[in-house]
Amino acid sequence: MKINFKFFGILIFVFFFLDIVSFPQEETLIKVGSKKFTENVILGEIITQLITSQDQKVDYIKELGGTRILWNALLNGEIDIYPDYTGTIIKEILVNKNANKNNLKDKLAELNIGMIGPLCFNNTYAIGMKKELAEKLGIEEISNLKNHPSLTLGFTNEFMDRTDGWRGLQRTYQLPQTNVTGLDHDLAYKGLASGSIDVIDLYSTDAEIEYYNLKVLKDDLHYFPDYKSVILYRKELEKTHPGIIKRLQILENSIPEETMIKMNSEVKINKKPESFVAANFLKNKFSIQSSYQASTFLSRLWHNTKEHLFLVLISLTAAILISIPLGTIAFKYKKMGKIILGVTGIIQTIPSLALLVFMIPLLGIGTYPAISALFLYSLLPIVRNTHSGLGDIPNNIRESAIVLGLSPSFILKKIELPLASRSILAGIKTSAVINVGTATLGALIGAGGYGQPILTGIRLDDITLILEGAVPAALLALLVQWIFDLSEKLIIPKGL
Amino acid sequence: MSISFQKVTKSFDDTVALKNFSFEFKKGQTSVLIGSSGCGKSTLLRLVVGLIKHDSGTILIDNQAPVKSNLPFLRKKIGYVIQEGGLFPHLTTKENVSLMAGYTGWDEKKTNDRMNELIRLTKFREDLLDRYPSELSGGQRQRVSLMRALMLEPEFLLLDEPLGSLDPLIRYDLQEDLKDIFERLGKTVILVTHDLHEAVFFADEIILMREGTIVQKGDINEFLKSPSDPFVTKFINAQRSEINFSNEN
Repeated sequence: MKINFKFFGILIFVFFFLDIVSFPQEETLIKVGSKKFTENVILGEIITQLITSQDQKVDYIKELGGTRILWNALLNGEIDIYPDYTGTIIKEILVNKNANKNNLKDKLAELNIGMIGPLCFNNTYAIGMKKELAEKLGIEEISNLKNHPSLTLGFTNEFMDRTDGWRGLQRTYQLPQTNVTGLDHDLAYKGLASGSIDVIDLYSTDAEIEYYNLKVLKDDLHYFPDYKSVILYRKELEKTHPGIIKRLQILENSIPEETMIKMNSEVKINKKPESFVAANFLKNKFSIQSSYQASTFLSRLWHNTKEHLFLVLISLTAAILISIPLGTIAFKYKKMGKIILGVTGIIQTIPSLALLVFMIPLLGIGTYPAISALFLYSLLPIVRNTHSGLGDIPNNIRESAIVLGLSPSFILKKIELPLASRSILAGIKTSAVINVGTATLGALIGAGGYGQPILTGIRLDDITLILEGAVPAALLALLVQWIFDLSEKLIIPKGL
Repeated sequence: MSISFQKVTKSFDDTVALKNFSFEFKKGQTSVLIGSSGCGKSTLLRLVVGLIKHDSGTILIDNQAPVKSNLPFLRKKIGYVIQEGGLFPHLTTKENVSLMAGYTGWDEKKTNDRMNELIRLTKFREDLLDRYPSELSGGQRQRVSLMRALMLEPEFLLLDEPLGSLDPLIRYDLQEDLKDIFERLGKTVILVTHDLHEAVFFADEIILMREGTIVQKGDINEFLKSPSDPFVTKFINAQRSEINFSNEN
């Protein structure tokens, strides 16, 4: 068992190293967030570069999720700044607070949230479909949809759930369609192009409208409010970093709708990085030379690898440290064992995505909730294999140990656990491989890792980017497998 | 220095393994428990070492009833060897044998001296000390098991079918050596077997059991001359004919 200590020693060293490199001092760090659609990511990038140009360190957590996640993260101080839209704030966030265009700033101030903007452009929700189909069916405005109940509708999941989304739209326009699916905004465009969906929700500044030759249906009953872009921030920044707020105020009324559509198109159609587009905007509009540097493939890979390893190593180590005792207790005390195996089994049946999202109200966003979810996910294989490994020890060996007069704890440490080590290690290996794969979902709640390029790749419909996350994740899984195969020789006692 | 059973009863679910069993295993004697499988002979050993608890009656080891608090102490006075050895597969011969010495806190010299003594006693090949059980033959494994059981110089030696799984030639060698060891050490030995010839070979006293009770005890000649029950004759004849049959071939 001496080797095990060495093994853990190395692990602890690795954490220490990763911890140092991935967490610079946090006191002076401003955290900027963005939602997971391109325009918001660009705005987040503009905000980030503006602040950075004042020599202030910024941690930009991009494509963090939907409105709720960003808003709660802002309230909880997990982020300090993020861009949102007036319509969203009035209709979705402050829906019970009688907020309107005029009192919006005050209502936000009550929650200690400040607002900069509008930034000029209006990115309202809109309903769109392919031009040819619209012309064929004679559809001009949303009301016309009433006469075509067989059309297939595909809306973003957020739009499906929002009070100012599908339900309200259906009620207002008395829409009869029943074939409605929820899906990712960027996939919706692909569905529309391939003909599997007829009608989608879109943002009026989307670059795809022109690219896919879409017809934006007229909101003839004026259902959608204005969605003027604004920047939300925690009020305390006015005291701690007044310069930053002042700096960001130059963005007010500075981004006309055409500029925004053009920037969206640069990223989505011409595949330019958001940071590049944002830097260009700042240079052309304000002559601000931002310290933007195009990230190279290798620097991104190193960054993602660090984040991914951090998630996997911490959650897996915690799972190993907890699961082996749990599996042992489950074996020694049969009644307790049923509960332990039952509970860890139930956790395993929760879809990984759901488990990650469950963590948000408990632990917020970012690395730690992701680690917690991964930890919970890694429990079952190790607990189960510890339990069965101990159970598979032949009775005559266990009895020999008892009859010799050895204490139960000595027997467990020196006889039972070493004999069960092959099974336990196999459980750890299973957990590790699952963990490496599941950790890619961590990017959905702002934990970064290999999931980040995958997420961005889906958003930008960029296969290369998706592979930039998927291939290293697969390789890491193989590497982990290989390391465990190798460590088997060290950890499993000879003679077995 | 004896092990005594007084009216001991032990059942598993509806089967009675020992029924009102009374007997005293005398100091320095080799007692052999014999009988067909399920007669309760292994149960008896398992009761002595405290692997199971009896339902009623009294068991005294060295005048002490085994209870939870004194079991670890009593177990160190007992060496226990089972069929196939029960060796720890992840420990070498040396580690298996010296495990208890280390656990009890013996120093290296004392341990090594005792080990060398045991190697001579059991005629174990010294060059095999660093082998794992899976790298040893069945006979060698049993010698290791015996060394392990004898390490702390126990007063009692319990053997449950120690030669059961060995092939005939190895079995013969080990039988001879075991008998020699029993005689030299003069310990209180209880050996369980279903083989009459083995019983005759080892025993100062044979105890023939059936369904948890003693059918007859004593010398084999008494068994032959004055069987207490038709079962005694039947049991003896069954094994005798086996040999006659094999002699004819």
